[in-house]
Amino acid sequence: MATLAELCIVACSEAFRGNGEIIATGVGPVPRLAAGLAKLTHSAELMMTDGEAYLVEDPVPLGPRGYDDRKPAGYLPFSRFFDSAVWTGRRHAMVTPTQIDRFGQINLSQMGGTHKQPKTQMLGVRGFPGNTIYHPNSFFFPAHGPRVFVEGEVDMVSGVGYNPAKRIAGGNYTAVDLRLIVTNLCVMDFGGMDNAVRVVSLHPGVTFDDVQSATGFTLVDAVQGETPLPTAEQLEIINRLDPHNIRTSVIKDNPPAHRSMG
Amino acid sequence: MLDKRMSSAEMVAQLSDGMTIGIGGWGPRRKPMALVREIIRSDLKDLTIVAYGGADVGMLCAAGKVKKLVFAFVSLDAIPLEPWFRKAREAGQVEVLELDEGMFQWGLKAAAFDLPFLPTRVGLGTDLAELGGLKTVQSPYADGEILIAMPALKLDAALLHVNRSDWRGNVHLFGADVYYDEWFAKAASKTFVSCEELVDRMEDHYPEQAQANIFERCFVTGVVEIAGGAHPSSMPPLYGPDMKAFKAYADAAREPGNWLEVSDRFVGASEADYLAGIGGKEAVMQTPLAIY
Repeated sequence: MATLAELCIVACSEAFRGNGEIIATGVGPVPRLAAGLAKLTHSAELMMTDGEAYLVEDPVPLGPRGYDDRKPAGYLPFSRFFDSAVWTGRRHAMVTPTQIDRFGQINLSQMGGTHKQPKTQMLGVRGFPGNTIYHPNSFFFPAHGPRVFVEGEVDMVSGVGYNPAKRIAGGNYTAVDLRLIVTNLCVMDFGGMDNAVRVVSLHPGVTFDDVQSATGFTLVDAVQGETPLPTAEQLEIINRLDPHNIRTSVIKDNPPAHRSMG
Repeated sequence: MLDKRMSSAEMVAQLSDGMTIGIGGWGPRRKPMALVREIIRSDLKDLTIVAYGGADVGMLCAAGKVKKLVFAFVSLDAIPLEPWFRKAREAGQVEVLELDEGMFQWGLKAAAFDLPFLPTRVGLGTDLAELGGLKTVQSPYADGEILIAMPALKLDAALLHVNRSDWRGNVHLFGADVYYDEWFAKAASKTFVSCEELVDRMEDHYPEQAQANIFERCFVTGVVEIAGGAHPSSMPPLYGPDMKAFKAYADAAREPGNWLEVSDRFVGASEADYLAGIGGKEAVMQTPLAIY
């Protein structure tokens, strides 16, 4: 029986389908397993690193392993990451920000208070401003709720979204390309009117109303069906890429893929 | 022969209050921690610190050395949120210029080439420009594009920890990734380098590895040999990050939560004292490399 985390990994891997020869970056266990799964199933042309500096053609498994177990096929250190991957648009990143709003603006820097004295300091904007203006991005959230999918706007706009009020006239926003949002409840995209967020598939046992009530802004109902369950082949690959079962700790209580079975 | 050897105390003596100091490395990796500790032992104050931050930033903030921080993140990797940095931020203790990781290196490059700024799209559509007072510039060509003018991050001094150097400052940097150390060196008026291994003449010892000389000795002001000098950060391929030490450091931010009570443990009265407290440089060399 597949778990919800495994269903999410498969759903996330769809974000990387047909992306071409670009760097697929999944930050966190589910996005990373998704990128590896995509490369090993439907999109072999994807490129990825070992999480440190080397390009690998065999995705490296999560968790403890021999340092030299990776087999470098190429080299992409941080020292040339912007030159090669980010600022050339040859990348698709899937990440988990702390907040996201209806415009797809994301925050992982700070919450509450002021910029001089935030109530809660988080990571800082990292590479999100550059990622979001230069290459495609998708998101994974393990706990879909109104504190993540906020009403209004995020506390600190760390990544570019589709908010017209934030766009200085004359700037080039043509590469802003937010793709999928996968959560523990559903799959969404930005395919509504003016890039509005819409729900395109519901995980087994979840209703649109469940999703809407867990979201701080109005969603478009564009549900085409149920998010597919992982196949035996996909589960086998996921298991191989995650030999220490780190994926079991991603979603609270590691529930089964079908909600009513929980 | 040109001899740039000096002690870490002599390096710190060349710094002064209010200076802008860049620190090489990335998060908990390749940080010149011995030089950072030397600053903490000194009377220096009101510094502007420019770094891809890890415990270097957390410690300097905790020790009250930082007036302003220029950063894109501060993190210890496996401990994502640097606890002493958080404390300083949440107390409103430091001024900040928050930048994207790519803009940050762009600002170092602008400084390296003595340009006032370099244009970029990065920052548009986010809060960075408004919060950081970053201005825009218009392309003078037919496209007329509006871009962010990323100001030069001119450094009074840069601190780096490298794999090797010779007395003249011919450095070798290797390991999986050397991050933006080259650009910190070029953005700075003076660059002080600690190294794992110091030799008299590089050409007599490692002539076959000259490609590891990723920036030239004209960008090096002083060198000092401090084996284990990146501890608790990593220095591949020699040693990994000391996560046990980072955890103790992170725990101390909660309990007792007062830097003055714990600075002896994390800084020491001298570098020898610090090294003795962690089991000597032999212990540092045995720390396994990180798996990402």
